[in-house]
Amino acid sequence: MEKSGLNLKATELRLGLPGSESPERGSDKNGNAAVILSLKSFVGSGAKRVFCDATDADAKWVFSVSEAAAGRLFSPRGGGSSNNNNNNHGKVHVGAQVVGWPPIRSYRKNTMSSQSSKNDDDSEAKLGLGCLYVKVSMDGAPYLRKVDLKMYSSYIDLSSALEKMFSCFTIGQCSSHNVPSRDGLSESRLMDLLHGSEYVLTYEDKDGDWMLVGDVPWE
Amino acid sequence: MSYSSLPEDVLEHVFSFVQSDKDRNVISLVCKSWYEIERWCRRRIFVGNCYAVSPRMAIRRFPEVRSVELKGKPHFADFNLVPEGWGGYVYPWIRAMAGGYPWLEELKLKRMVVTDESLELIAKSLKNFKVLVLSSCEGFSTHGLAAIAADCKNLKELDLWESDVEDPSGNWLSKFPDTCTSLVSLNIACLGSEVSFSALERLVVRCPNLRTLRLNRAVPLEKLAHLLRQAPQLVELGTGTYSADLRPDIFSNLAGAFSGCKELKSLSGFWDVVPAYLPAVYSVCSGLTTLNLSYATIQSPDLIKLVSQCPKLQCLWVLDYIEDSGLEALAATCKDLRELRVFPSEPFGDEPNVSLTEQGLVLVSEGCPKLESVLYFCRRMSNDALVTIAKNRPSMIRFRLCIIDPQTPDYLTLEPLDVGFGAIVQHCKDLRRLSLSGLLTDRVFEYIGTYAKKLEMLSVAFAGESDLGLHHVLSGCDSLRKLEIMDCPFGDKALLANAAKLETMRSLWMSSCSVSFEACKLLGQKMPRLNVEVIDESGPPDSRPELPVKKLYIYRTVTGRRIDMPGFVWNVGEDSALRLS
Repeated sequence: MEKSGLNLKATELRLGLPGSESPERGSDKNGNAAVILSLKSFVGSGAKRVFCDATDADAKWVFSVSEAAAGRLFSPRGGGSSNNNNNNHGKVHVGAQVVGWPPIRSYRKNTMSSQSSKNDDDSEAKLGLGCLYVKVSMDGAPYLRKVDLKMYSSYIDLSSALEKMFSCFTIGQCSSHNVPSRDGLSESRLMDLLHGSEYVLTYEDKDGDWMLVGDVPWE
Repeated sequence: MSYSSLPEDVLEHVFSFVQSDKDRNVISLVCKSWYEIERWCRRRIFVGNCYAVSPRMAIRRFPEVRSVELKGKPHFADFNLVPEGWGGYVYPWIRAMAGGYPWLEELKLKRMVVTDESLELIAKSLKNFKVLVLSSCEGFSTHGLAAIAADCKNLKELDLWESDVEDPSGNWLSKFPDTCTSLVSLNIACLGSEVSFSALERLVVRCPNLRTLRLNRAVPLEKLAHLLRQAPQLVELGTGTYSADLRPDIFSNLAGAFSGCKELKSLSGFWDVVPAYLPAVYSVCSGLTTLNLSYATIQSPDLIKLVSQCPKLQCLWVLDYIEDSGLEALAATCKDLRELRVFPSEPFGDEPNVSLTEQGLVLVSEGCPKLESVLYFCRRMSNDALVTIAKNRPSMIRFRLCIIDPQTPDYLTLEPLDVGFGAIVQHCKDLRRLSLSGLLTDRVFEYIGTYAKKLEMLSVAFAGESDLGLHHVLSGCDSLRKLEIMDCPFGDKALLANAAKLETMRSLWMSSCSVSFEACKLLGQKMPRLNVEVIDESGPPDSRPELPVKKLYIYRTVTGRRIDMPGFVWNVGEDSALRLS
């Protein structure tokens, strides 16, 4: 590998499965693809060595992708878009997939993932670490609520939970529940046979269309 | 009259004023008679690595101990780097202490595997048992807790700090007999399922000395007021879930209850927090010294309102929702702040979700003259900021910075952060603990080796360029006790050249580095008082000697190889024989 100057091609971050070889790329004795990481390019400080150059020739340091069985995985985020950015030459993006990084205790991860996530005015559903929160509004209610859809196993569960949540506002009049809603408006009214009250669950899908809850199977 | 002719009981009385382990150890080295006197009157021992010494040896040397503190797994076990079944079992210690320390009063464990059997043995054998602290432990269930509750007649403290507890039956709390009135501290915050509220309430009512109560999430907010009114003497409170339907009666009840707690100094909990209920605690804010909001998903404006009312705050744990603006308010109000921990709300996201940058930390370092302990998760940093922080706070003792994306450079200059961290170690001469992150070359380690003379614990990830980095640290850091490294290009040379240093340390962890199996063998052979343990779940490491060792844990010990190693841990010892499978 060339060592002079900033060798962008050789230092470009590419991910290969064990056993695969990318062209022009060295591989270690076992024929595993060596994922070569580079330090970010230093403006004005000349070319720095990349990690694998700096170690002994015998013990080529690779990110452990070549030993995938060991359970260390990572993937570049943004589909490798971090490569060849102005400021991001081959920067390592190791996100949630790297074991041990960032250094957050499992207790914290578990606790955070089972809580309501932050209210973000522009988002309809916020994916936490294993939850699916959606905003629910009821016409005329002073504030919205959030529900974790993963807590319910059927539409009936969800509907009774929502009814309980909004019961303090229902005075028996016809009103509509919208799941979820940006501006809290609903249109249709249908009698709900199960609960004998007049409300209907609707939701806005990703195309922006209002859909009646129940058509699509719960899963 | 010379010191050596002082009667034993006088010496013993003098020694009793010396509490610190280090000083006690020094006393025991003065002469044989002082060694003897001291060992008979030592009342507490701390074993930082449970495998460094055997329980029998500890009991033989110090026969009259009343308080034992043990730590098990390496620190990186917190981040899932240590496989299940690695070790850290407390049972052998408890079995030995059941016979050797029948009057044991306190047991504090961290990162250990505790079984119900162990807890039952404690309850059965230790008649004066008073204090049980299980911090980040696992392996036990509420059955074990029931035994403790039922049989430890003088129990004062039960603290399950962030432990992983199997929760099959909810009713262990009811096992505290009606005659139990001695509780001072109860922390059940980590328990998943509901405890019987009436049992809890009765317990609280009959324990007038209760100062610390940390509830679990299952305790509803509507019931908190009721509990508080039964225990207005509380000094430390962890709420349960902090959410309820918005009702004025619930709010005023809660606010009234809080205002009755005149001694409250520490608050925690606040799961599922509904901001509208936060003002209920305002009445206690002026006295608060510790605030743990690290699970509270409250936004910056609400946080600012809260924190601005706590001028006596010394310790704040909070999520990064506080943002730079909140930290600015903190710096302006809390002039007594000693410790700040800012945790990430969305560590696995690609983009920052909050406006928390290096600026927040700089502001706090400027505004809080007593700041000495920092844990800060953020997404960008600059050398300038670090230099400023270092110059502002030369009294810093613990500095742990986690820039979430590995190898992130100075965002202003794109340079490594060597100079910034270099300033930290240069200015903060009493620094004891340091965690590095961001883009770092060997230079930062040169700074650390040169200046960090009081450094005891160093955590490193994705840093350095060569063995020289590791060599700087091992040869330069005179006070180093614990070194933990992941994903750095450190290999054999530095390790072998500094083998003797390893015996002066508690432990060294290296994972995903460049250490060869051959070097591990050499080290194990050269250093009989080290356990060199290779962790490899995919098979015997000597079957692929050309590959670097995946995980390496080296620690000093006087008891030789441990006998409870699982199949994926190999002790590469003096006979260099691997375990037969």
